[in-house]
Amino acid sequence: MTRLKAQIIKELLCLLRDPKSRVILILPPLMQLLIFSYAATLEVSNVDMVLLNQDSGQWSQEVIAQISAGSFIGSIETLAGPDELRQAIDERKAVIALHFQPDFSRNLLADKAAAIQVLLDGRRANTAQIALRYLNSIVSRVNEEIQPSITAVMPKAEIRHWFNPNLNYQWFIVPALVGTLAMTSSLIVCALSIARERELGTFDQLLVSPAKPLEIIIGKMVPALIVGSGLGCVMIGAGVFIFSIPFTGSLALVLGSLVTFILSVVGIGLMISSICATQQQAILGTFSIIVPLILLSGFATPVENMPEVLQIVAEANPLKHFLVIVQGSFLKGLSAEMVFASVWPMLIIFSVTFSLAVAFIKGRLQ
Amino acid sequence: METRRVWKSDCFRRIFSLIRKESLQAVRDPSTILIAFILPIILLFLFAYAVSLDVRQIRIGVVLENDTPEATELAAAFGATRYFAVTPARHRHEVAQMVVSGELRGFIAIPQDFDARLSANTSSAAIQVITDGVSPNTANFISGYAQGVLGNWNAARLSRIGWESPPVISLEPRFWFNPEIESRRFLVPGAIAIVMTIIGTMLTALVVAREWERGTYEAIISTPIGRIEILLGKLLPYFGLGMGATVCCTILATTLFDVPLRGSWLALLSLSGCFLVPALGQGLMISTLTKNQFVAAQAALFSGFLPAFMLSGFLYEIDSMPILLQMITRIVPASYFVANLQTVFLTGDIWPQFFRGMAAMLAVGAVFFTITAAKTHKRLDL
Repeated sequence: MTRLKAQIIKELLCLLRDPKSRVILILPPLMQLLIFSYAATLEVSNVDMVLLNQDSGQWSQEVIAQISAGSFIGSIETLAGPDELRQAIDERKAVIALHFQPDFSRNLLADKAAAIQVLLDGRRANTAQIALRYLNSIVSRVNEEIQPSITAVMPKAEIRHWFNPNLNYQWFIVPALVGTLAMTSSLIVCALSIARERELGTFDQLLVSPAKPLEIIIGKMVPALIVGSGLGCVMIGAGVFIFSIPFTGSLALVLGSLVTFILSVVGIGLMISSICATQQQAILGTFSIIVPLILLSGFATPVENMPEVLQIVAEANPLKHFLVIVQGSFLKGLSAEMVFASVWPMLIIFSVTFSLAVAFIKGRLQ
Repeated sequence: METRRVWKSDCFRRIFSLIRKESLQAVRDPSTILIAFILPIILLFLFAYAVSLDVRQIRIGVVLENDTPEATELAAAFGATRYFAVTPARHRHEVAQMVVSGELRGFIAIPQDFDARLSANTSSAAIQVITDGVSPNTANFISGYAQGVLGNWNAARLSRIGWESPPVISLEPRFWFNPEIESRRFLVPGAIAIVMTIIGTMLTALVVAREWERGTYEAIISTPIGRIEILLGKLLPYFGLGMGATVCCTILATTLFDVPLRGSWLALLSLSGCFLVPALGQGLMISTLTKNQFVAAQAALFSGFLPAFMLSGFLYEIDSMPILLQMITRIVPASYFVANLQTVFLTGDIWPQFFRGMAAMLAVGAVFFTITAAKTHKRLDL
């Protein structure tokens, strides 16, 4: 027990002695939380639009006026000819280009249908699609003005977004960042710990010391566990107090699963660390695993959009399970039963990676 | 005159031997191969298949509280689109729990008095759409598509009973460069920028930091080689590695992932070359400022990779960010590279845009190199 304690204290000192490491451990993840929570939005605003109006009637003016009033529009520039329209899209000056043909108002007055050509930049298809939906709703409002009779026969849908009524994207991204950033920090701390000793040659000294391999490994795990869980807690606190996201679940359950999550991440880190001979290999190895972990977690895009095979692979990703817990606990008031449904996969991941790491290190002893 | 020529050839010889040493060191370490060739393949694969903004087969419930032909037909219409995978139910509480647990992303309720709501001239809603707001983007898609399904179904119903729609304004949307609206088409080119950031910034930061940590940088300094020569010798091998990765990624993207390359290789390679200047410069700056592999790795991750992922406009639209963040994206070289890569792949050679991007990337690179040069002293600080 005293040996283990000494081991843990030594590891913590190793990590925290250097002022640069102390700063780089704590400051950047918190800054990233602030920056990315505002950056990561799939909401659309400030859309730049160009306009070619060859129609001289009143209806194109009416539509343009309604669109200009839309809150998602950043700027509207009126162009003189079709060539400029093409150029504006080509050079990414606008995401949307509207083109009113000369007979637009005339057609409407003559009781004929009239179409507005909308050119959208497929390079930014997601933004363009959402903006197109906004345009569609504006146009149907104008249509109801022109033809009040269609309002009567058009059934309406009442839309309600549960758990996040205004679809505030920060309510999604902040809990997701809690998991992602805590994972990144603890994974690097853990993966570098053994590799550094090996690179410096001090790992052999450790192995010949009275400390047992298991004690060495636990000593290596504790700092990463403290860093990851500590960061996670601070960021959950930031979510509640800075971003005012409602926290409806059980705090105890979330903290418990946070520790389980970091444990499973640390298991992965140990495994990388035990097979790498140098710090550079450990860092690059960590990196090669962090990126797939983030991409397959549902952080960037939902897991259910992925092909079946990748959805199965994603089950082995602790971040995926933790995101379900942390997002659910913030917004959905996740019950203990549902939390456990995501906790046990993380426990399995931990026991597999941990045993592999122990096996690798013991194998090196012989 | 004579001495100058000797000096010149010496200079090239020194740079060349340093390049040779660096290249050998890079090639011999399996982790370099991992990061330069295997990781790009994995990344491109993930960005082509795992990261998808194309919404298909969203799992929703359809609660049919009413058995009239109209209601049944509408429920069938929801089941028929490729956007939804429908779980049918008779009562809301059956599916409500599944939304909480995340099995369903929402449900559509067709109420008991659906026919009455449809025929009567009421303002009350005919159907209810409930979404899981925890994933806002999916929720948005559900509400949009649900209204679309309802509208189409209604138009078919009206034309059947002989009601003729009065002429109205319609939108004729055309998505240029990506008519099928596949997110892969713009994500894979963006992923190349991420790969290059990893190679340029991450690898360089680590390699140079290791030399500082081990004291071998001092050993190089003590040789007759000059400061500029050291920089060139260190960076050129990684420049080559980065360009090699671009070529590999592009070949993969166009052959395996079905992304067209509509612009020229000349444009693609000149953009990549210009991007590598700030990417390598950033790596060098990080290692010079930190002189420690652990700190350099964290710094490269948080100032190189994550911004390239989050602030480059690759996943999240820059125009939609708050003004302050838009200004920060201006110093993220990947933001220029992503936009230009998407153009060179999907649109073609739009040189005015490329020149603006290249100038911006080179300017950011110049800043990084200036800071590095100011902090590199060819002397030993003891």
